[in-house]
Amino acid sequence: MSEFKELTRQGLWENNPALVQLLGLCPLLAVTASVTNALGLGLATLFVLMGSNITVSLVRQWVPSEIRIPVFVMVIATFVTIIQLLMNAYVYELYQSLGIFIPLIVTNCAIIGRAEAYASKNPWQKAAFDGFMMGLGFALVLVLLGGMREVIGNGTLFDGAELLLGDWAAQLRIELFEVNYPLLLAILPPGAFIGLGFIIAGKNWIDAKRAAKAEKVEKTVTRARVTAES
Amino acid sequence: MTFRVAAAPHGHSQQNTADMMRWVCYALIPGVLVQSYFFGAGVYFQLFLAIVTAYAAESLCMLARNRNARSALRDNTALVTAVLLAISIPSLAPWWIIVIGTAFSIVVVKQIYGGMGQNLFNPAMAGYVLLLVSFPVQMTNWLPPSTLANYELSLWQTLHTILFEYTPAGYSVEQLRTTVDGVTMATPLDTIKTALSQGYTVAEAYQQPVLSAIAGVGWQWVNLAFLLGGFILLQRRIISWHIPVGLLAGLLIPALVANLFAPSVMPGPVFHALSGATMLGAFFIATDPVSAATSPRGRLIFGLLIGFLVWVIRSWGGYPDAVAFAVLLANLSVPLIDRYTRPSVYGHSRSHGGGDGQ
Repeated sequence: MSEFKELTRQGLWENNPALVQLLGLCPLLAVTASVTNALGLGLATLFVLMGSNITVSLVRQWVPSEIRIPVFVMVIATFVTIIQLLMNAYVYELYQSLGIFIPLIVTNCAIIGRAEAYASKNPWQKAAFDGFMMGLGFALVLVLLGGMREVIGNGTLFDGAELLLGDWAAQLRIELFEVNYPLLLAILPPGAFIGLGFIIAGKNWIDAKRAAKAEKVEKTVTRARVTAES
Repeated sequence: MTFRVAAAPHGHSQQNTADMMRWVCYALIPGVLVQSYFFGAGVYFQLFLAIVTAYAAESLCMLARNRNARSALRDNTALVTAVLLAISIPSLAPWWIIVIGTAFSIVVVKQIYGGMGQNLFNPAMAGYVLLLVSFPVQMTNWLPPSTLANYELSLWQTLHTILFEYTPAGYSVEQLRTTVDGVTMATPLDTIKTALSQGYTVAEAYQQPVLSAIAGVGWQWVNLAFLLGGFILLQRRIISWHIPVGLLAGLLIPALVANLFAPSVMPGPVFHALSGATMLGAFFIATDPVSAATSPRGRLIFGLLIGFLVWVIRSWGGYPDAVAFAVLLANLSVPLIDRYTRPSVYGHSRSHGGGDGQ
Protein backbone atom coordinates (compact mmCIF):
# COMPACT_ATOMS: atom_id res chain seq x y z
CA MET A 1 0.00 0.00 0.00
CA SER A 2 2.80 2.41 0.87
CA GLU A 3 4.18 1.93 -2.64
CA PHE A 4 0.96 3.41 -4.04
CA LYS A 5 1.14 6.26 -1.58
CA GLU A 6 4.70 6.93 -2.63
CA LEU A 7 3.67 6.88 -6.30
CA THR A 8 0.98 9.44 -5.55
CA ARG A 9 3.43 11.71 -3.79
CA GLN A 10 5.99 11.38 -6.58
CA GLY A 11 3.53 12.02 -9.38
CA LEU A 12 1.66 14.92 -7.88
CA TRP A 13 4.43 16.74 -6.07
CA GLU A 14 7.98 15.46 -5.56
CA ASN A 15 8.61 14.43 -9.13
CA ASN A 16 5.86 16.28 -10.95
CA PRO A 17 6.53 15.94 -14.71
CA ALA A 18 5.82 19.61 -15.42
CA LEU A 19 7.28 21.30 -12.35
CA VAL A 20 10.27 19.16 -11.40
CA GLN A 21 11.19 17.00 -14.39
CA LEU A 22 10.26 19.90 -16.71
CA LEU A 23 9.19 17.41 -19.35
CA GLY A 24 6.60 17.99 -22.02
CA LEU A 25 7.01 21.75 -21.86
CA CYS A 26 6.10 22.26 -25.51
CA PRO A 27 2.41 21.31 -25.17
CA LEU A 28 2.39 22.71 -21.64
CA LEU A 29 3.36 26.16 -22.86
CA ALA A 30 1.52 26.09 -26.14
CA VAL A 31 -2.02 25.03 -25.27
CA THR A 32 -2.57 26.53 -21.82
CA ALA A 33 -4.15 29.75 -23.02
CA SER A 34 -7.46 28.60 -21.53
CA VAL A 35 -8.63 26.08 -18.95
CA THR A 36 -10.63 24.12 -21.51
CA ASN A 37 -7.68 23.57 -23.80
CA ALA A 38 -5.45 22.73 -20.87
CA LEU A 39 -7.95 20.23 -19.48
CA GLY A 40 -8.46 18.63 -22.89
CA LEU A 41 -4.78 18.10 -23.48
CA GLY A 42 -4.21 17.09 -19.86
CA LEU A 43 -6.83 14.35 -20.07
CA ALA A 44 -5.50 13.16 -23.42
CA THR A 45 -1.99 12.93 -21.99
CA LEU A 46 -3.30 11.16 -18.90
CA PHE A 47 -5.04 8.56 -21.04
CA VAL A 48 -1.98 7.98 -23.23
CA LEU A 49 0.30 7.77 -20.23
CA MET A 50 -1.85 5.16 -18.51
CA GLY A 51 -2.35 3.14 -21.67
CA SER A 52 1.32 3.11 -22.60
CA ASN A 53 2.43 2.33 -19.04
CA ILE A 54 0.08 -0.67 -18.80
CA THR A 55 1.04 -2.01 -22.23
CA VAL A 56 4.76 -1.53 -21.72
CA SER A 57 4.53 -3.22 -18.35
CA LEU A 58 2.59 -6.17 -19.77
CA VAL A 59 5.03 -6.81 -22.62
CA ARG A 60 8.19 -6.04 -20.68
CA GLN A 61 9.17 -9.71 -20.42
CA TRP A 62 9.21 -10.17 -24.18
CA VAL A 63 10.84 -6.93 -25.36
CA PRO A 64 14.61 -7.25 -25.85
CA SER A 65 16.28 -4.31 -24.20
CA GLU A 66 18.17 -3.41 -27.40
CA ILE A 67 14.99 -2.43 -29.21
CA ARG A 68 12.89 -1.32 -26.26
CA ILE A 69 12.82 2.38 -27.21
CA PRO A 70 11.32 1.83 -30.69
CA VAL A 71 8.79 -0.52 -29.15
CA PHE A 72 7.82 2.04 -26.52
CA VAL A 73 7.45 4.69 -29.19
CA MET A 74 5.18 2.41 -31.24
CA VAL A 75 3.05 1.68 -28.19
CA ILE A 76 2.76 5.37 -27.32
CA ALA A 77 2.03 6.30 -30.94
CA THR A 78 -0.78 3.74 -31.00
CA PHE A 79 -2.45 5.28 -27.99
CA VAL A 80 -1.97 8.78 -29.34
CA THR A 81 -3.64 7.71 -32.58
CA ILE A 82 -6.53 6.25 -30.62
CA ILE A 83 -7.04 9.41 -28.59
CA GLN A 84 -6.65 11.56 -31.68
CA LEU A 85 -9.36 9.63 -33.53
CA LEU A 86 -11.61 9.68 -30.47
CA MET A 87 -11.27 13.42 -30.04
CA ASN A 88 -11.82 13.93 -33.74
CA ALA A 89 -15.05 11.96 -33.42
CA TYR A 90 -16.50 13.25 -30.17
CA VAL A 91 -15.02 16.68 -29.38
CA TYR A 92 -14.32 17.96 -32.85
CA GLU A 93 -14.06 21.67 -31.99
CA LEU A 94 -11.62 21.04 -29.19
CA TYR A 95 -9.73 18.73 -31.53
CA GLN A 96 -9.41 21.61 -33.94
CA SER A 97 -8.34 24.13 -31.34
CA LEU A 98 -5.65 21.82 -29.95
CA GLY A 99 -4.49 21.08 -33.47
CA ILE A 100 -0.99 19.72 -33.88
CA PHE A 101 -0.49 19.30 -30.14
CA ILE A 102 -2.58 16.13 -29.98
CA PRO A 103 -0.32 14.14 -32.35
CA LEU A 104 2.63 15.79 -30.63
CA ILE A 105 1.74 14.00 -27.38
CA VAL A 106 3.79 11.17 -28.84
CA THR A 107 6.92 13.27 -28.45
CA ASN A 108 6.12 14.18 -24.85
CA CYS A 109 9.21 13.02 -22.96
CA ALA A 110 7.22 12.55 -19.78
CA ILE A 111 5.48 9.54 -21.36
CA ILE A 112 8.49 7.70 -22.73
CA GLY A 113 10.31 8.69 -19.55
CA ARG A 114 7.78 6.84 -17.40
CA ALA A 115 7.75 3.87 -19.76
CA GLU A 116 11.52 3.59 -19.53
CA ALA A 117 11.99 4.49 -15.88
CA TYR A 118 9.02 2.76 -14.26
CA ALA A 119 6.68 0.72 -16.42
CA SER A 120 9.39 -1.46 -17.95
CA LYS A 121 10.47 -2.60 -14.47
CA ASN A 122 7.20 -2.98 -12.57
CA PRO A 123 3.98 -5.01 -12.71
CA TRP A 124 1.08 -3.57 -14.60
CA GLN A 125 -1.05 -2.50 -11.62
CA LYS A 126 1.70 -0.32 -10.26
CA ALA A 127 2.59 0.94 -13.74
CA ALA A 128 -1.02 1.92 -14.33
CA PHE A 129 -1.18 3.75 -11.02
CA ASP A 130 2.11 5.48 -11.75
CA GLY A 131 0.82 6.55 -15.16
CA PHE A 132 -2.37 7.85 -13.61
CA MET A 133 -0.59 9.88 -10.95
CA MET A 134 2.05 11.27 -13.30
CA GLY A 135 -0.64 12.15 -15.83
CA LEU A 136 -2.74 13.73 -13.12
CA GLY A 137 0.20 15.79 -11.90
CA PHE A 138 0.83 16.97 -15.43
CA ALA A 139 -2.83 17.72 -16.07
CA LEU A 140 -3.21 19.66 -12.81
CA VAL A 141 -0.30 21.93 -13.69
CA LEU A 142 -1.76 22.41 -17.17
CA VAL A 143 -5.13 23.39 -15.71
CA LEU A 144 -3.55 25.68 -13.11
CA LEU A 145 -1.45 27.46 -15.72
CA GLY A 146 -4.41 27.60 -18.10
CA GLY A 147 -6.55 29.10 -15.35
CA MET A 148 -3.97 31.73 -14.48
CA ARG A 149 -3.51 32.75 -18.08
CA GLU A 150 -7.22 32.78 -18.84
CA VAL A 151 -8.07 34.89 -15.81
CA ILE A 152 -5.30 37.41 -16.40
CA GLY A 153 -5.62 37.52 -20.15
CA ASN A 154 -9.36 37.25 -20.61
CA GLY A 155 -11.05 37.67 -17.24
CA THR A 156 -12.90 34.37 -17.60
CA LEU A 157 -12.66 30.75 -16.46
CA PHE A 158 -13.89 27.65 -18.31
CA ASP A 159 -14.60 29.65 -21.42
CA GLY A 160 -15.66 27.14 -24.08
CA ALA A 161 -15.94 24.23 -21.63
CA GLU A 162 -18.88 22.94 -23.65
CA LEU A 163 -16.46 21.99 -26.40
CA LEU A 164 -14.98 19.38 -24.09
CA LEU A 165 -17.77 18.38 -21.72
CA GLY A 166 -20.95 18.80 -23.75
CA ASP A 167 -23.63 21.45 -23.81
CA TRP A 168 -24.41 21.44 -20.09
CA ALA A 169 -20.91 22.77 -19.42
CA ALA A 170 -21.67 26.08 -21.11
CA GLN A 171 -22.96 27.32 -17.75
CA LEU A 172 -19.58 26.59 -16.15
CA ARG A 173 -18.20 29.71 -17.79
CA ILE A 174 -17.37 32.25 -15.13
CA GLU A 175 -16.74 35.84 -16.02
CA LEU A 176 -14.63 37.17 -13.17
CA PHE A 177 -14.29 40.67 -14.52
CA GLU A 178 -14.98 42.51 -17.70
CA VAL A 179 -11.92 43.39 -19.75
CA ASN A 180 -12.09 45.92 -22.50
CA TYR A 181 -8.45 45.42 -23.36
CA PRO A 182 -7.20 41.90 -22.67
CA LEU A 183 -3.66 41.60 -21.38
CA LEU A 184 -2.53 39.83 -24.52
CA LEU A 185 0.84 38.95 -23.08
CA ALA A 186 -0.76 36.41 -20.73
CA ILE A 187 -2.38 34.64 -23.67
CA LEU A 188 0.72 34.83 -25.85
CA PRO A 189 3.68 32.41 -25.40
CA PRO A 190 5.72 34.73 -23.12
CA GLY A 191 2.85 34.64 -20.64
CA ALA A 192 3.14 30.85 -20.50
CA PHE A 193 6.84 31.02 -19.67
CA ILE A 194 6.36 33.70 -17.03
CA GLY A 195 3.36 31.87 -15.54
CA LEU A 196 5.19 28.54 -15.37
CA GLY A 197 8.13 30.32 -13.76
CA PHE A 198 5.83 31.64 -11.05
CA ILE A 199 4.29 28.19 -10.43
CA ILE A 200 7.73 26.56 -10.13
CA ALA A 201 8.87 29.35 -7.84
CA GLY A 202 5.77 28.82 -5.72
CA LYS A 203 6.46 25.09 -5.45
CA ASN A 204 10.08 25.67 -4.50
CA TRP A 205 8.99 28.22 -1.92
CA ILE A 206 6.61 25.72 -0.30
CA ASP A 207 9.33 23.06 -0.37
CA ALA A 208 11.81 25.43 1.27
CA LYS A 209 9.30 26.30 4.00
CA ARG A 210 8.67 22.62 4.70
CA ALA A 211 12.38 21.83 4.72
CA ALA A 212 13.03 24.62 7.18
CA LYS A 213 10.29 23.29 9.43
CA ALA A 214 11.56 19.72 9.18
CA GLU A 215 15.09 20.85 9.98
CA LYS A 216 13.94 22.51 13.18
CA VAL A 217 12.27 19.31 14.35
CA GLU A 218 15.33 17.28 13.43
CA LYS A 219 17.65 19.57 15.37
CA THR A 220 15.80 19.08 18.62
CA VAL A 221 15.92 15.32 18.14
CA THR A 222 19.69 15.34 17.52
CA ARG A 223 20.39 17.34 20.63
CA ALA A 224 18.34 14.96 22.73
CA ARG A 225 20.34 12.03 21.40
CA VAL A 226 23.66 13.70 22.15
CA THR A 227 22.69 14.25 25.74
CA ALA A 228 21.52 10.68 26.06
CA GLU A 229 24.83 9.29 24.81
CA SER A 230 27.15 11.56 26.73
CA MET B 1 60.31 64.55 0.62
CA THR B 2 58.45 61.57 1.86
CA PHE B 3 56.37 59.27 -0.21
CA ARG B 4 53.24 58.07 1.43
CA VAL B 5 52.53 54.44 0.65
CA ALA B 6 48.89 53.66 0.00
CA ALA B 7 47.20 50.53 -1.11
CA ALA B 8 45.34 50.32 -4.39
CA PRO B 9 42.96 51.50 -5.77
CA HIS B 10 44.55 54.90 -6.20
CA GLY B 11 41.90 56.50 -8.32
CA HIS B 12 38.72 57.34 -6.52
CA SER B 13 35.40 58.27 -7.93
CA GLN B 14 33.13 60.37 -5.82
CA GLN B 15 30.09 59.14 -7.69
CA ASN B 16 27.65 56.79 -6.13
CA THR B 17 24.65 55.11 -7.69
CA ALA B 18 22.12 57.58 -6.34
CA ASP B 19 24.01 60.59 -7.74
CA MET B 20 24.52 58.94 -11.10
CA MET B 21 20.85 58.06 -11.38
CA ARG B 22 19.87 61.56 -10.34
CA TRP B 23 22.05 62.98 -13.08
CA VAL B 24 20.46 60.66 -15.61
CA CYS B 25 17.14 62.24 -14.66
CA TYR B 26 18.55 65.78 -14.91
CA ALA B 27 19.96 64.98 -18.33
CA LEU B 28 16.54 63.83 -19.47
CA ILE B 29 15.01 67.24 -18.71
CA PRO B 30 15.73 68.91 -22.10
CA GLY B 31 14.21 65.96 -23.93
CA VAL B 32 11.14 65.92 -21.70
CA LEU B 33 10.62 69.65 -22.16
CA VAL B 34 10.79 69.39 -25.94
CA GLN B 35 8.58 66.31 -25.90
CA SER B 36 5.94 68.07 -23.82
CA TYR B 37 6.09 71.04 -26.19
CA PHE B 38 5.33 68.89 -29.22
CA PHE B 39 3.17 66.14 -27.75
CA GLY B 40 1.38 67.85 -24.89
CA ALA B 41 1.66 67.98 -21.14
CA GLY B 42 0.42 64.43 -20.78
CA VAL B 43 4.00 63.28 -20.32
CA TYR B 44 4.10 65.03 -16.93
CA PHE B 45 1.06 63.11 -15.71
CA GLN B 46 2.62 59.91 -17.02
CA LEU B 47 5.83 60.73 -15.15
CA PHE B 48 3.90 61.33 -11.95
CA LEU B 49 1.94 58.07 -12.24
CA ALA B 50 5.05 56.10 -13.13
CA ILE B 51 7.12 57.44 -10.24
CA VAL B 52 4.36 56.86 -7.69
CA THR B 53 3.80 53.32 -8.99
CA ALA B 54 7.51 52.54 -9.06
CA TYR B 55 8.10 53.73 -5.50
CA ALA B 56 5.07 51.88 -4.21
CA ALA B 57 6.04 48.66 -6.02
CA GLU B 58 9.66 48.91 -4.91
CA SER B 59 8.67 49.51 -1.27
CA LEU B 60 6.22 46.60 -1.25
CA CYS B 61 8.80 44.25 -2.78
CA MET B 62 11.48 45.27 -0.33
CA LEU B 63 9.07 44.81 2.57
CA ALA B 64 8.08 41.38 1.25
CA ARG B 65 11.77 40.48 1.04
CA ASN B 66 12.45 41.77 4.57
CA ARG B 67 14.83 44.43 3.29
CA ASN B 68 15.14 48.10 4.02
CA ALA B 69 12.74 49.86 1.66
CA ARG B 70 14.12 53.33 2.25
CA SER B 71 17.65 52.49 1.12
CA ALA B 72 16.26 50.91 -2.04
CA LEU B 73 14.28 54.03 -2.84
CA ARG B 74 17.26 56.27 -2.15
CA ASP B 75 19.42 54.75 -4.87
CA ASN B 76 17.07 56.28 -7.48
CA THR B 77 17.22 53.29 -9.82
CA ALA B 78 13.46 52.81 -9.59
CA LEU B 79 13.08 56.50 -10.38
CA VAL B 80 15.08 56.16 -13.60
CA THR B 81 13.11 53.08 -14.65
CA ALA B 82 9.84 54.94 -14.08
CA VAL B 83 10.99 58.06 -15.91
CA LEU B 84 12.29 56.15 -18.92
CA LEU B 85 9.09 54.17 -19.25
CA ALA B 86 6.90 57.25 -18.82
CA ILE B 87 8.61 59.16 -21.62
CA SER B 88 8.58 56.13 -23.92
CA ILE B 89 4.83 55.73 -24.04
CA PRO B 90 2.31 57.97 -25.84
CA SER B 91 1.47 60.98 -23.71
CA LEU B 92 -2.27 60.35 -23.72
CA ALA B 93 -2.14 56.62 -22.93
CA PRO B 94 -4.72 55.70 -20.28
CA TRP B 95 -3.47 55.69 -16.68
CA TRP B 96 -3.59 51.92 -16.24
CA ILE B 97 -1.08 51.46 -19.07
CA ILE B 98 1.73 53.17 -17.22
CA VAL B 99 0.70 51.62 -13.90
CA ILE B 100 0.75 48.06 -15.28
CA GLY B 101 3.98 48.68 -17.16
CA THR B 102 5.87 50.23 -14.26
CA ALA B 103 4.65 47.63 -11.78
CA PHE B 104 5.76 44.84 -14.12
CA SER B 105 9.14 46.52 -14.64
CA ILE B 106 9.83 46.83 -10.95
CA VAL B 107 8.24 43.66 -9.57
CA VAL B 108 8.87 41.04 -12.23
CA VAL B 109 11.85 42.34 -14.18
CA LYS B 110 13.83 43.89 -11.33
CA GLN B 111 12.88 42.59 -7.90
CA ILE B 112 12.20 38.96 -8.75
CA TYR B 113 15.68 38.69 -10.20
CA GLY B 114 17.08 40.02 -6.92
CA GLY B 115 16.62 43.78 -7.02
CA MET B 116 19.07 46.51 -7.90
CA GLY B 117 22.04 45.32 -9.94
CA GLN B 118 20.71 41.79 -10.44
CA ASN B 119 18.26 42.14 -13.30
CA LEU B 120 19.11 40.47 -16.61
CA PHE B 121 16.92 42.77 -18.65
CA ASN B 122 16.50 46.49 -18.81
CA PRO B 123 13.40 46.94 -16.60
CA ALA B 124 11.97 49.92 -18.44
CA MET B 125 12.26 48.25 -21.83
CA ALA B 126 10.86 44.92 -20.63
CA GLY B 127 7.89 46.85 -19.25
CA TYR B 128 7.58 48.70 -22.54
CA VAL B 129 7.55 45.45 -24.51
CA LEU B 130 4.90 43.98 -22.20
CA LEU B 131 2.72 47.02 -22.90
CA LEU B 132 3.41 47.12 -26.62
CA VAL B 133 2.66 43.43 -27.08
CA SER B 134 -0.42 43.49 -24.86
CA PHE B 135 -2.02 46.82 -25.74
CA PRO B 136 -0.92 47.65 -29.29
CA VAL B 137 -3.68 50.21 -29.88
CA GLN B 138 -3.05 52.36 -26.81
CA MET B 139 0.70 52.07 -27.21
CA THR B 140 0.75 53.39 -30.77
CA ASN B 141 -1.72 56.26 -30.24
CA TRP B 142 0.87 59.00 -30.57
CA LEU B 143 -0.60 62.43 -31.06
CA PRO B 144 0.52 64.44 -34.06
CA PRO B 145 3.11 67.09 -33.15
CA SER B 146 1.38 70.18 -31.77
CA THR B 147 2.35 72.24 -34.82
CA LEU B 148 0.18 69.93 -36.97
CA ALA B 149 -2.54 69.05 -34.48
CA ASN B 150 -6.12 70.02 -34.95
CA TYR B 151 -6.95 70.17 -31.26
CA GLU B 152 -5.06 71.81 -28.49
CA LEU B 153 -5.58 70.25 -25.08
CA SER B 154 -5.56 72.13 -21.82
CA LEU B 155 -4.01 70.54 -18.74
CA TRP B 156 -7.42 69.53 -17.44
CA GLN B 157 -8.43 68.00 -20.76
CA THR B 158 -5.16 66.07 -20.86
CA LEU B 159 -5.65 64.72 -17.35
CA HIS B 160 -9.26 63.83 -18.10
CA THR B 161 -8.19 61.93 -21.20
CA ILE B 162 -5.54 59.98 -19.32
CA LEU B 163 -7.99 59.07 -16.57
CA PHE B 164 -11.12 58.34 -18.59
CA GLU B 165 -9.84 57.83 -22.15
CA TYR B 166 -12.02 60.71 -23.40
CA THR B 167 -11.76 64.46 -23.19
CA PRO B 168 -14.48 66.23 -21.16
CA ALA B 169 -16.14 67.00 -24.50
CA GLY B 170 -16.15 63.32 -25.38
CA TYR B 171 -13.40 63.10 -27.95
CA SER B 172 -11.46 59.87 -28.00
CA VAL B 173 -7.71 59.78 -28.45
CA GLU B 174 -8.33 58.42 -31.92
CA GLN B 175 -10.27 61.56 -32.82
CA LEU B 176 -7.66 63.80 -31.26
CA ARG B 177 -5.08 62.25 -33.55
CA THR B 178 -6.73 63.63 -36.66
CA THR B 179 -5.10 66.65 -38.22
CA VAL B 180 -6.57 69.65 -39.98
CA ASP B 181 -7.17 67.47 -43.03
CA GLY B 182 -9.17 65.00 -40.97
CA VAL B 183 -6.57 62.32 -41.48
CA THR B 184 -5.25 60.30 -38.56
CA MET B 185 -1.59 60.98 -38.25
CA ALA B 186 0.97 58.26 -37.70
CA THR B 187 4.49 58.69 -36.37
CA PRO B 188 7.24 59.35 -38.92
CA LEU B 189 8.58 55.80 -38.67
CA ASP B 190 5.08 54.42 -39.10
CA THR B 191 4.40 56.73 -42.02
CA ILE B 192 7.51 55.59 -43.86
CA LYS B 193 6.79 51.94 -43.13
CA THR B 194 3.20 52.16 -44.34
CA ALA B 195 4.16 54.14 -47.43
CA LEU B 196 6.87 51.66 -48.38
CA SER B 197 4.53 48.72 -47.87
CA GLN B 198 2.05 50.40 -50.21
CA GLY B 199 4.69 50.74 -52.91
CA TYR B 200 5.57 54.40 -52.48
CA THR B 201 9.18 55.52 -52.43
CA VAL B 202 10.89 57.22 -49.52
CA ALA B 203 10.85 60.51 -51.40
CA GLU B 204 7.08 60.23 -51.90
CA ALA B 205 6.59 59.40 -48.22
CA TYR B 206 8.51 62.56 -47.36
CA GLN B 207 5.67 64.56 -48.96
CA GLN B 208 3.47 63.74 -45.98
CA PRO B 209 3.04 66.59 -43.50
CA VAL B 210 4.45 64.61 -40.57
CA LEU B 211 7.85 64.50 -42.27
CA SER B 212 9.97 67.59 -42.70
CA ALA B 213 12.99 67.89 -44.97
CA ILE B 214 15.20 66.26 -42.33
CA ALA B 215 13.13 63.72 -40.39
CA GLY B 216 9.82 63.81 -38.54
CA VAL B 217 8.26 67.12 -37.51
CA GLY B 218 8.70 67.42 -33.75
CA TRP B 219 10.42 64.07 -33.39
CA GLN B 220 13.69 65.42 -34.76
CA TRP B 221 13.79 68.09 -32.06
CA VAL B 222 12.93 65.56 -29.35
CA ASN B 223 15.82 63.41 -30.53
CA LEU B 224 18.20 66.36 -30.65
CA ALA B 225 17.20 67.30 -27.11
CA PHE B 226 17.93 63.78 -25.91
CA LEU B 227 21.26 63.97 -27.75
CA LEU B 228 22.01 67.13 -25.77
CA GLY B 229 21.16 65.29 -22.56
CA GLY B 230 23.43 62.48 -23.68
CA PHE B 231 26.32 64.92 -24.03
CA ILE B 232 25.69 66.07 -20.46
CA LEU B 233 26.01 62.47 -19.28
CA LEU B 234 29.17 61.94 -21.31
CA GLN B 235 30.68 65.17 -20.05
CA ARG B 236 29.95 64.22 -16.43
CA ARG B 237 31.37 60.73 -17.12
CA ILE B 238 28.19 59.04 -16.01
CA ILE B 239 28.23 56.98 -19.18
CA SER B 240 31.18 56.09 -21.37
CA TRP B 241 31.10 56.71 -25.10
CA HIS B 242 31.24 53.03 -26.08
CA ILE B 243 27.56 52.10 -26.04
CA PRO B 244 26.12 55.26 -27.67
CA VAL B 245 28.81 55.31 -30.35
CA GLY B 246 28.41 51.59 -30.96
CA LEU B 247 24.65 51.89 -31.16
CA LEU B 248 24.69 54.84 -33.52
CA ALA B 249 27.36 53.22 -35.71
CA GLY B 250 25.44 49.95 -35.80
CA LEU B 251 22.32 51.81 -36.85
CA LEU B 252 23.67 54.52 -39.13
CA ILE B 253 26.34 52.69 -41.12
CA PRO B 254 23.96 50.00 -42.44
CA ALA B 255 21.37 52.73 -43.01
CA LEU B 256 23.87 54.78 -45.00
CA VAL B 257 25.02 51.83 -47.10
CA ALA B 258 21.46 50.68 -47.77
CA ASN B 259 20.40 54.22 -48.58
CA LEU B 260 23.23 54.59 -51.10
CA PHE B 261 22.27 51.35 -52.81
CA ALA B 262 18.50 51.72 -52.71
CA PRO B 263 17.53 55.31 -51.88
CA SER B 264 13.92 54.77 -52.89
CA VAL B 265 13.13 52.08 -50.33
CA MET B 266 15.72 52.67 -47.61
CA PRO B 267 15.50 55.89 -45.58
CA GLY B 268 18.86 57.50 -44.91
CA PRO B 269 20.95 57.69 -41.74
CA VAL B 270 19.72 61.15 -40.75
CA PHE B 271 16.15 59.92 -40.71
CA HIS B 272 17.09 56.92 -38.58
CA ALA B 273 19.17 59.02 -36.21
CA LEU B 274 16.39 61.53 -35.53
CA SER B 275 13.33 59.27 -35.51
CA GLY B 276 11.63 57.25 -32.85
CA ALA B 277 13.65 56.51 -29.75
CA THR B 278 17.11 56.49 -31.33
CA MET B 279 18.81 59.11 -29.17
CA LEU B 280 16.88 58.22 -26.03
CA GLY B 281 17.89 54.61 -26.58
CA ALA B 282 21.51 55.33 -27.42
CA PHE B 283 22.30 57.53 -24.43
CA PHE B 284 19.78 56.62 -21.75
CA ILE B 285 18.32 53.17 -22.28
CA ALA B 286 21.13 51.05 -23.70
CA THR B 287 23.60 52.56 -21.23
CA ASP B 288 21.91 50.97 -18.22
CA PRO B 289 25.01 49.71 -16.40
CA VAL B 290 23.32 46.62 -14.94
CA SER B 291 22.00 44.93 -18.04
CA ALA B 292 24.73 46.09 -20.45
CA ALA B 293 28.01 44.34 -21.18
CA THR B 294 30.86 44.89 -18.75
CA SER B 295 34.13 45.65 -20.49
CA PRO B 296 34.61 48.68 -22.80
CA ARG B 297 35.15 46.44 -25.81
CA GLY B 298 32.10 44.42 -24.83
CA ARG B 299 30.05 47.59 -24.54
CA LEU B 300 31.06 48.65 -28.02
CA ILE B 301 29.90 45.30 -29.38
CA PHE B 302 26.74 45.52 -27.26
CA GLY B 303 25.97 48.96 -28.75
CA LEU B 304 26.72 47.82 -32.28
CA LEU B 305 24.41 44.84 -31.84
CA ILE B 306 21.54 47.02 -30.59
CA GLY B 307 22.00 49.53 -33.40
CA PHE B 308 22.10 46.87 -36.06
CA LEU B 309 19.03 45.12 -34.64
CA VAL B 310 17.16 48.43 -34.54
CA TRP B 311 17.95 48.98 -38.20
CA VAL B 312 16.96 45.42 -39.17
CA ILE B 313 13.66 45.53 -37.29
CA ARG B 314 12.82 49.03 -38.50
CA SER B 315 13.51 47.99 -42.08
CA TRP B 316 11.89 44.55 -42.19
CA GLY B 317 10.18 43.90 -38.86
CA GLY B 318 6.55 44.11 -37.92
CA TYR B 319 6.91 47.11 -35.63
CA PRO B 320 7.88 50.63 -36.74
CA ASP B 321 10.41 51.18 -33.95
CA ALA B 322 12.63 48.62 -32.33
CA VAL B 323 14.78 50.08 -29.58
CA ALA B 324 13.01 48.09 -26.86
CA PHE B 325 13.18 44.77 -28.70
CA ALA B 326 16.79 45.37 -29.72
CA VAL B 327 17.82 46.21 -26.16
CA LEU B 328 16.17 43.07 -24.77
CA LEU B 329 17.77 40.86 -27.43
CA ALA B 330 21.15 42.43 -26.72
CA ASN B 331 20.61 41.94 -22.96
CA LEU B 332 20.19 38.24 -23.72
CA SER B 333 23.54 38.15 -25.51
CA VAL B 334 25.41 39.97 -22.74
CA PRO B 335 26.77 36.78 -21.06
CA LEU B 336 28.15 35.67 -24.41
CA ILE B 337 29.65 39.09 -25.17
CA ASP B 338 31.18 39.25 -21.71
CA ARG B 339 32.69 35.83 -22.10
CA TYR B 340 34.51 36.68 -25.30
CA THR B 341 35.57 40.20 -24.36
CA ARG B 342 37.04 39.48 -20.96
CA PRO B 343 40.21 41.61 -20.71
CA SER B 344 43.39 39.65 -20.26
CA VAL B 345 45.05 39.80 -16.88
CA TYR B 346 48.24 41.90 -16.77
CA GLY B 347 51.22 39.70 -17.54
CA HIS B 348 49.22 37.00 -19.27
CA SER B 349 48.99 36.59 -23.00
CA ARG B 350 45.54 36.87 -24.53
CA SER B 351 45.40 33.19 -25.35
CA HIS B 352 45.62 32.41 -21.65
CA GLY B 353 43.71 35.30 -20.22
CA GLY B 354 41.04 35.25 -22.87
CA GLY B 355 37.56 33.96 -22.98
CA ASP B 356 38.20 30.27 -22.43
CA GLY B 357 38.18 30.74 -18.69
CA GLN B 358 41.72 29.45 -18.12
